Amino acid sequence: MTERLDGPRVPSEEGTASTRADTPHVQRRLGPSPKVAILFILPAAVLLAVWVVYPIFYSIYRSLFDASGTGFVGLGNYTTIFSDQSTFYTIIHNLWWVVLAPIVVTVLGLIFAVLTERIKWATAFKLIVFMPMAVSLMAAGVIFRFVYEQDPDKGMANAVLTVIASPFASEGYPDARPWGNAKSPIQAQDGAIVTKQQVQAGTPALIPIVGIKQPDVPADAPVAKPAAGPGLTGTVWFDFTRGSGSNGAIDGSEKALPGMTVEAVQNGRVVATTTTADDGTFRFEEIQQGSYTLRLPKENFQASFSGVSWLGPAPVFAPELGLHIVTISIILAFVWVWAGFAMVLIAAGLSAIPRDALEAARIDGATEWQVFRRITVPLLSPVLLVVFVTMIINTLKVFDLVYIIAPASVQPQANVIALEMWRVAFGGGNNQGLGSALAIVLLILVIPFMIMNIRRFRREGT
Amino acid sequence: MTAATVTAPAEAHAGAPRRSVATRIVDRIGGGAVQVIMILLGLFWLVPTLGLLVISLRTNAVNGAEGWWTVFTKPAELTVQNYQNLLSSGFTTSFWNTVLITVPTTVLVIGIAAMAAYAFAWVEFPGRDLAFLVVVGLLIVPIQIALIPVASIYGGTGIFGSIPGVVLFHVAFGLPFAIFLLRNFFIGIPASLLEAARMDGASEWKIFASVVFPLGKPAIASLGIFQFLWVWNDMLIALVFADTGNQPMTKYLQSQMRQFGSNTDILSSGAFLSLIIPLILFFAFQRYFVQGMMAGSVK
Repeated sequence: MTERLDGPRVPSEEGTASTRADTPHVQRRLGPSPKVAILFILPAAVLLAVWVVYPIFYSIYRSLFDASGTGFVGLGNYTTIFSDQSTFYTIIHNLWWVVLAPIVVTVLGLIFAVLTERIKWATAFKLIVFMPMAVSLMAAGVIFRFVYEQDPDKGMANAVLTVIASPFASEGYPDARPWGNAKSPIQAQDGAIVTKQQVQAGTPALIPIVGIKQPDVPADAPVAKPAAGPGLTGTVWFDFTRGSGSNGAIDGSEKALPGMTVEAVQNGRVVATTTTADDGTFRFEEIQQGSYTLRLPKENFQASFSGVSWLGPAPVFAPELGLHIVTISIILAFVWVWAGFAMVLIAAGLSAIPRDALEAARIDGATEWQVFRRITVPLLSPVLLVVFVTMIINTLKVFDLVYIIAPASVQPQANVIALEMWRVAFGGGNNQGLGSALAIVLLILVIPFMIMNIRRFRREGT
Repeated sequence: MTAATVTAPAEAHAGAPRRSVATRIVDRIGGGAVQVIMILLGLFWLVPTLGLLVISLRTNAVNGAEGWWTVFTKPAELTVQNYQNLLSSGFTTSFWNTVLITVPTTVLVIGIAAMAAYAFAWVEFPGRDLAFLVVVGLLIVPIQIALIPVASIYGGTGIFGSIPGVVLFHVAFGLPFAIFLLRNFFIGIPASLLEAARMDGASEWKIFASVVFPLGKPAIASLGIFQFLWVWNDMLIALVFADTGNQPMTKYLQSQMRQFGSNTDILSSGAFLSLIIPLILFFAFQRYFVQGMMAGSVK
């Protein structure tokens, strides 16, 4: 599979393998002298030697010296990397990237590749998902800065989340407060609202609330009614009539406040909880005779869900583990950029799987899942590996997205090796010793994949 | 393809023995669910860029007050004011710097890599296989490794901060991929064509220029588009090696990030302009783009 992705397949306009028939390893008896080769290779060799190969050795050498480059510090810069808390955590952050991003991209690419086979507008879908590949990571970063804006009225991510969450969120009445008159039967207490007097069964409690903003009151909310009947009861309502204000009495036209949580408290302990009905009334069933204080807990008065702090420094697990919300958000942007790459590569692999094998399995009674799990995925594994490894390399080198998306105040929680290297050496740190050491660490991390590439290339022996 | 089999009218006549009515219904519903999921996913991929476009077409005051999606109810708020402001700012210079960096880099990479690739593919010389393995190894060397050393070379020769310095850095780091891609393509050219030319007494340069290079056009197109986008979209190399007068768009826009929130006009319109040319190229040449990406997937 991969051999065909790699070279000769690329040009074949005809799309058939037949063009390869006469290509393999022909004996080059008429070959020119090696001297000619030098002329052809020289420009590339010089550039690679000066700009790529020499710097590797210079970086190793330079990493053994201090910031100014005059004092030999041995492995001092490397011990700094592992002992300095903030520098060490850039490596941890990179490890989280490696753990999370490649698997998500690969699995998503696989799902997309399989699902696009089932829709008629597959080409349009592929173009859309693949499009971010053409866009600079800088522009992608700007795009996601806008997406992740905290205010749900501006940031799209939170706008979507709050819309999805709204049916599940409790009816919040922010800014609600007790009627401020001395005759008011209730008062505020630690964000909650409590009755001033103890209440007993048989005497319905009145809980008049004011200060609710008009938009928060449902336009079709029913009129509040006095509670009746046995047991501990009462009414919670919006005690406000246009023109006459508040008076602590249910006057027959004021709106009920449904969905309020009411607690019955005795000796500082919550003994029962209930919720107000559509008409604002509530009733505690099966509660013992006695005197209670009624409390509307503060959850009633908190603003409803207003979204996630996408670019915030809050840790996902324990802070020592070094995974923060901001990293997850940036990884999502990374997935947005790279899923198309995975999809296209895997789709090419998928189209090379012989249809006969799949059909034979189906005719033998295999379910679609079994076909996918037992035939498709194993046959795709070389391509999946290529995608996965490419993503690991990309996550190790990740720079632009982190630098652009993480706000300045959250950069320490989002920082990665490549960014720290730039920051230390050029972005103000001016410590080229430590910068070189970080570059070497980065190189060491990609060397296993370099060896893998070379081995794969030799095995496929073009 | 299951869906296709199920809906095919011929199937009804044939009576598809292994597909019960129940299976077909499940498939049909499953197909509907797939459609819905794919539409949602498509929107997830499309809408953020669309949002950037709308934001770039609204004033800071409007963007500060409400989300871009309110454009559907208030289309009158759209304006090209941000773009007019942008074009009279330092952005215009940075746009031309991007062009001045990207075009020469792409041309140089193609030329230099094609020559080397030809030698690797068709000229025997001692150590050739080992040298090519080195190229394969260099494919994924992180550019961070060269930032400090090359900066010190540039500092000594006085090209630090200049456009040629940026171009040369890009060319060098573009070469491993370019050589790899082109060599794998060139090696597929029929040997008989080259041998015929050699028997006619053509020089190696002539064979390269008039046989191999023209035949390699599909791969060169792939490489060209890929290399162009790679350089056009680079930020890190520009951050280090381009000084303010020579900075490309990416660096210019990056310098605007610090005031994120107050200069939405510059950022949104600048980011959109910076991605419009890659998008046009992508849609025009997406076949070559995909081919280049596949061929270089080890990178």
